[in-house]
Amino acid sequence: MTLELRNVSKKVAGDDWIYPIDLVLESGRFNMLLGTTLAGKTTLMHLMAGLEKPTEGEIWFKGADVTGVPVQARNVSMVYQQFINYPNMSVFDNIASPLRVAGESRDEIKRRVGEMAELLRISAMLDRRPSELSGGQQQRTAMARALVKDSELILLDEPLANLDFKLREELRDELPRIFADRDCVIVYATTEPSEALLLGGFTAALDKGRLVDSGPTGSIYRHPANITSARVFSEPPMNTARVTKSGERVTWTDGVNWPAGGDLPDGEYTFGIRPHYVLPFRKSENAVPIEGQIVVAELSGSESMVHFEVFGNDWGSLSHGVHPFETGATATLYAEPEHGMYFDADGRLVGATGLAG
Amino acid sequence: MRRFSWLVPTIYILFLMLPIYWLVSMSFKTTNEILGSFTLWPQQFTLANYRVILTDPTWYMGYVNSLIYVTLNTVLSVGAALPAAYAFSRYRFLGDKHLFFWLLTNRMAPAAVFALPFFQLYSAVGLFDTHLAVALAHTLFNIPLAVWILEGFMSGVPKQLDDTAYVDGYSFPRFFVRIFIPTIASGIGVAAFFCFMFSWVELLLAKTLTAVAAKPIAATMTKTASSSGYELGLLAAAGTLTIIPGAIVIYFVRNYIAKGFALGRV
Repeated sequence: MTLELRNVSKKVAGDDWIYPIDLVLESGRFNMLLGTTLAGKTTLMHLMAGLEKPTEGEIWFKGADVTGVPVQARNVSMVYQQFINYPNMSVFDNIASPLRVAGESRDEIKRRVGEMAELLRISAMLDRRPSELSGGQQQRTAMARALVKDSELILLDEPLANLDFKLREELRDELPRIFADRDCVIVYATTEPSEALLLGGFTAALDKGRLVDSGPTGSIYRHPANITSARVFSEPPMNTARVTKSGERVTWTDGVNWPAGGDLPDGEYTFGIRPHYVLPFRKSENAVPIEGQIVVAELSGSESMVHFEVFGNDWGSLSHGVHPFETGATATLYAEPEHGMYFDADGRLVGATGLAG
Repeated sequence: MRRFSWLVPTIYILFLMLPIYWLVSMSFKTTNEILGSFTLWPQQFTLANYRVILTDPTWYMGYVNSLIYVTLNTVLSVGAALPAAYAFSRYRFLGDKHLFFWLLTNRMAPAAVFALPFFQLYSAVGLFDTHLAVALAHTLFNIPLAVWILEGFMSGVPKQLDDTAYVDGYSFPRFFVRIFIPTIASGIGVAAFFCFMFSWVELLLAKTLTAVAAKPIAATMTKTASSSGYELGLLAAAGTLTIIPGAIVIYFVRNYIAKGFALGRV
């Protein structure tokens, strides 16, 4: 089963919400839409569902053009970030409602709702109203309703974003089990790179209505097509610097340079490195010491996130353990440039020393 | 200080209740007693006033007429306001905000402004002295009010609820009746309450547009004062009975009205 967007775009009141996008989403894996708020994830999902019509382009599903088919005739399910349930109905009736609309028999409805409630662990709550449930249970109800009919396309729009940390972890761990053995195209929107990495077989990175990158999740993370994709897929944000390569060395500023192997041509590049490769201690022999001024230090129980200013750039360092930092003080941090990436003037990935060398 | 904290609210409530008490008390007195002496409670307790009202058609038909056009008006106003409020809350269209505000300006002109044109118009089309005439006249004020109240409640319902229903396979009419209306039931209750109240207390248009067949109770009350001298006991009884429907309605919607105030729409 395949959902295919062909040159799909969306304009609202003259503004471009979605720039032309080509994308093929397969069944049997999590298709992640990764992007910040306002990247266009929800709009794209509405287009996929048929809740909105694309301004240009076509949407194909299972080899047929479904662009003009209304949502009711499409066999789609959707779960929103806000816990959307029908407040006037019991949990049972909520889950049963798509089946009732489809005209299923009483016994069939009872059986399938029971099955779904079992799968999502809300069997004990079937007689309650959604408002009498916790947030996690409300979202489980919404998910049960989305899964109870045999949808061919299931859209999950940041389904875990409004849950508190523990419930989020809990439900996220269950997701692969819940969706196992379903023959449908699953699309999952998220703002969190870590969620994409945990779930994702395939990721499409979105930024301001543009598709900036797509491919298997792991490879997008390791080899983003461009700097925007790398930024979208980096939390905390990626550190960047303007560097010059000449000969065997890459130079940032005076005294800060490192060897560059491989076939990177000489020239100016934007260097990008994720914060967990900038550490407050020397881990590898090749690490490059960089002096900077500490701006903010966020120490959680197990991690230290430090923002520091170095040659006018705001850089972050993420390390395990708690390291003492004093705001305003000068500190030396160690970057590991072999994990860095080089982007050309147009933002395209041209090389990573780790890859080339 | 603490020991007297009950004092102020008690005085306030007594103050509020005094005219109502006086009205109810008068309704159980004879007109002679009312005019003859100052008494705090009925000395010659009588139900005669109520008997007159409940047996004389010129009296009780006033209530029937009022209830008919008030109910008609409430149904018309809420029925027309539901789709209008839905449009205002869910769609953006040219001039929507201006139109929304303009609706309210209908409420800024005194009813007297409309009395003459309505009288002329309804006489011309043969609606004069019908329940429908009064009900329609009152929609001029009540539809904007109902739209304003309902829009607030509807905007409190996330748009995603609509989308979820469509995704589940609901058509728009089915979604609207089966899911959306039950979801904003309290808003409909509040809107209906205010339509009912306005139409129930409005006198000028109701009196201008009716003669005999649809004469409201309030008009009957003002006329009786002049027919055979003062029948104060009778008027007091009529007044007491006029308070009751409003009191009943407000009892049923009292919890929702607080919600309406919280939304800033009441």
